[in-house]
Amino acid sequence: MPHVVRLRAAVCLLGRFPALAGVDLDAATGEIVLLSGPNGAGKTTLLRLLAGLVPLYSGEASVLGVDLAVDRKSARRDLALVGHETFCYDDLTVRENLLFSARAAGRSAAEADAALERLGLTRQADVAHRRLSSGQRRRLAIAVAMSRDPRLLLLDEPHAGLDAEGREVLDAVVRAAPAEGRTVLMASHELEHARAMVTREVAITSGQAGVRHDAAPTPASPQPTSTPENVS
Amino acid sequence: MNLWREVKLVAGKDLRIEARSKVTLQQIVPFGMIVLLLFAFALDPDRGILRRVAPGLFWVTVLLAALLAVSRSFGIEADNGARDGLRLSGLDGPALFLGKAAALAIELLALEVVLTLVVVLVYGIHLNTWLPLTLATIAATIGVAATGTLYGVLAAGLRVRETLVPVLLLPVVAPVLLGATRAWEAAIDGIPSDAWPWVGLLGVFALLFTAIGMLAFGPLLEEA
Repeated sequence: MPHVVRLRAAVCLLGRFPALAGVDLDAATGEIVLLSGPNGAGKTTLLRLLAGLVPLYSGEASVLGVDLAVDRKSARRDLALVGHETFCYDDLTVRENLLFSARAAGRSAAEADAALERLGLTRQADVAHRRLSSGQRRRLAIAVAMSRDPRLLLLDEPHAGLDAEGREVLDAVVRAAPAEGRTVLMASHELEHARAMVTREVAITSGQAGVRHDAAPTPASPQPTSTPENVS
Repeated sequence: MNLWREVKLVAGKDLRIEARSKVTLQQIVPFGMIVLLLFAFALDPDRGILRRVAPGLFWVTVLLAALLAVSRSFGIEADNGARDGLRLSGLDGPALFLGKAAALAIELLALEVVLTLVVVLVYGIHLNTWLPLTLATIAATIGVAATGTLYGVLAAGLRVRETLVPVLLLPVVAPVLLGATRAWEAAIDGIPSDAWPWVGLLGVFALLFTAIGMLAFGPLLEEA
């Protein structure tokens, strides 16, 4: 299977601090990969690196066949990041925010409306972003990502702030990813919940020596701890 | 998606946000009107002085109000990580630049219409030669919008953005102040031939900074 994500000894700096200090990671089409690790381990930085939001300092990184050392922008039309913030505008409605994101990615209004419905936000379509609850905002962030029909979906703590119904909707989106030809990388602290749906878990821990990356490529039977594949 | 559809998308988004928030209508336009009235108070109600200096006061007021509009244009990208959203959108730098500059230019033109009425009514000036005056105003507005958008993104990621942009921007738009003021003076005096060279200068300035902005906006946004 072709690699959607390929990192080799990837290093990212935040200021002079190495937020990622030599990560190896592969993800193939249709995989759902859980990124686990303590706060500050570098999970968010890893997702932002893959989205092209932080530069690669050294090593190799390619996303959807694009070398991030050379070009951080070209892969963006085919990926989506659900981060800690919604990336939305307070004065636009739910639907307007979705339409802007979808059209920017070359998608249609129908695809935006489909994402709206899929995330259960149809009733809030004409509500301004500023009036949404935190859980609704989280759903909107996921809907914005899905409206772009991304080949690579990057989720950073996606369950945070979601109610039970929202979790079910999100879980359905994640579980449907392989059938839709989508690759998902998900950073989460809700390990038991997340492990039930992923095909693989990668533990990231940071330290003075750098980042340790463990992998257990056993689809459908993820292991919370596994043999180190690479230590830098 | 082609360039113009992307430009329309970005400009439409900024204008829709402005229409909802009414910041231009309820804050920036009143600010400009107050500045013009304060100039009138400061310079005595003697309309002879006001008439002579009206073009300069008008354009100084436009530039001061433009600082607020530029700050607002990038302020909306600061909330909820919207600037990251813009980077992730996949839209190209030239389209983002032209879209944001176009929205800013439309807002400034609306402001200028209102301020022109204030100048005519309060300062007692008569606008005689409309064509050079209109072209000078449009070219100057495009120049201010282009430089404002360029320097706005330059300072976008900085905590001192709101205080840094005026320091960076005002010296750069000095040629706009000079050219637009001279063109308006010529138009008010009914001597259009004196206005055209200034209209040309404003046009060159607008084209130059539009071209620079289209090239530089994308890389500057990546580093913001």
